[in-house]
Amino acid sequence: MSEINELYQDLILDHTKKPRNFEVLEGASRHVEGYNPLCGDRYTIYVRMEGDVIRDVSFQGSGCAISKSSASMMTTIVKGKTKCEAEAIFENFHKMITGQSGVDKNKIGKLEVFHGVSEFPVRVKCASLAWHTLKAALGGEEKTITTE
Amino acid sequence: MMTTVFDVQQYRKDFPALSQKVYGKPLVYLDNAATAQKPQCVIDTLDRYYSAENANIHRGIHYLSQKATDAFDEARDKVARFINAKESREIIFVRGATEGINLVAQSYVRPLLKPGDEILITWMEHHSNIVPWQMVAEQTGAKLKVTPINDAGELILPEFEKLLSEKTKLVSVTHISNALGTINPVKKIIQMAHALSVPVLVDGAQSVPHQAVDVQDLDADFFVFSGHKLFGPTGIGVVYGKAEHLEKMPPYQGGGDMISAVTFEKTLYNKIPYKFEAGTPHIAGVIGLGSAIDYVSAIGMSRISAYEHELLEYGTRALSKIPGLRLIGTAKEKASILSFVLEAAHPHDIGTILDQEGVAIRAGHHCAMPVMERFGVPATVRASFAFYNTHEDIDALVRAINKVFEVFR
Ligand SMILES: Cc1ncc(COP(=O)(O)O)c(C=O)c1O
Repeated sequence: MSEINELYQDLILDHTKKPRNFEVLEGASRHVEGYNPLCGDRYTIYVRMEGDVIRDVSFQGSGCAISKSSASMMTTIVKGKTKCEAEAIFENFHKMITGQSGVDKNKIGKLEVFHGVSEFPVRVKCASLAWHTLKAALGGEEKTITTE
Repeated sequence: MMTTVFDVQQYRKDFPALSQKVYGKPLVYLDNAATAQKPQCVIDTLDRYYSAENANIHRGIHYLSQKATDAFDEARDKVARFINAKESREIIFVRGATEGINLVAQSYVRPLLKPGDEILITWMEHHSNIVPWQMVAEQTGAKLKVTPINDAGELILPEFEKLLSEKTKLVSVTHISNALGTINPVKKIIQMAHALSVPVLVDGAQSVPHQAVDVQDLDADFFVFSGHKLFGPTGIGVVYGKAEHLEKMPPYQGGGDMISAVTFEKTLYNKIPYKFEAGTPHIAGVIGLGSAIDYVSAIGMSRISAYEHELLEYGTRALSKIPGLRLIGTAKEKASILSFVLEAAHPHDIGTILDQEGVAIRAGHHCAMPVMERFGVPATVRASFAFYNTHEDIDALVRAINKVFEVFR
């Protein structure tokens, strides 16, 4: 497989074309906007917390295929997880897309399809934008965060 | 008139960077609006300067210093001739177009501005021709006014005329838009502004590499450009200013070279252009820029323009055939820049795929966020051509775009 096909795997393209949980979340307890001024990617992540548990999560916005599919898959994976669990997934996901060792594959599950990003350093920000934004939301921030 | 063929293959040999491969594929360099590749003669000039001629200028009495000073002064003469300035002392060396605009903003405009005064720019400016004006506006209480553009990416001149008034203290306009390729009717704009005695700065960053420029014919008050887009070194650029303006302006920075006598009570400033060139300048850059100017002048700017225009037409035809492709910037008067978006994929994804095919373009907002907003897109893909690009380069671009469709079936 060429590096391009490694990057744009079918599952990624599927989430780009049919993003999941792509809506404003009614009754969200928090929402945070994430923005990458360099490429104009802009997403809002909505979460409804019950104590430490992410009861529901959704997103809105626009951007490239990598950022959008990453946001979409993130919402499917963190729903029902605790704040700590979600953060541990992000930590491992981030290690994988930046090409570091010690990735716990059990933690990232389907997110494995993003491993091709590590060959494209300029796209790491695309893949991690939604996650940084979620992290800010879980941390109780209510402002726009940017990747710059 | 004698017409000679434009032997692009011969010129390509002068640029070592163009013959390399990336990811095992021949490099197709279409990011010339960001920066241009360098001909061997410029590289050799830098090499020779650092190997054999390195010395500081205007201060040494030794052999090397004299040689470096001569080469430096000669480069200033070359720049003056290249844009047809009346005198060499109207040429000030700076780091680039950006620093040039900041110099004019701080030294010329700022002392003139009172609260309520206006600076008039356009919707298609590069951030470097927006932010310095916002800064002086903030410092003085003046206002920034913006001339709108139409759907083709052309200035709406009647709106410009309406916005121009006795409150306007300066018009600053790009000669060619880096995001759209639009060539602005700067001569006409200058006439309109001068009718109200308003001075005009022309941002020539994108025009000098592509067409002959005559600052006297334009009657520009200020004209700035960057060496690196003109096949010269990075870190060197030019401010042309009419001597009558430069004489009256306070210095931009203080230091060595810009003075004629210093005591702790009072400093006497040097004459122009030295008044604006504090400290040791980018000597290698200046000499290298002179060499780049020699190189393009030998080819001839009008021949370069004609060849690039043909490339633009070929490229426009080729891209227009691609389904779902929308050109951003379709002005009647256009330079060799093709900015576009595809329905099928985001500019960043296109950029990544094209890059893997060896095609270097730029995907992003091109430091012109208001333009992106005007056209309702977050970013565009921009292919920008130089005279060393070929029809085959455009064919390679089209093939690479077809790869995008394969990935995003
Ligand atoms: C129209 C225009 N103006 C100004 C600049 C700034 O040039 P520099 O970054 O070399 O100072 C650019 C560079 O992209 C440009 O395209």
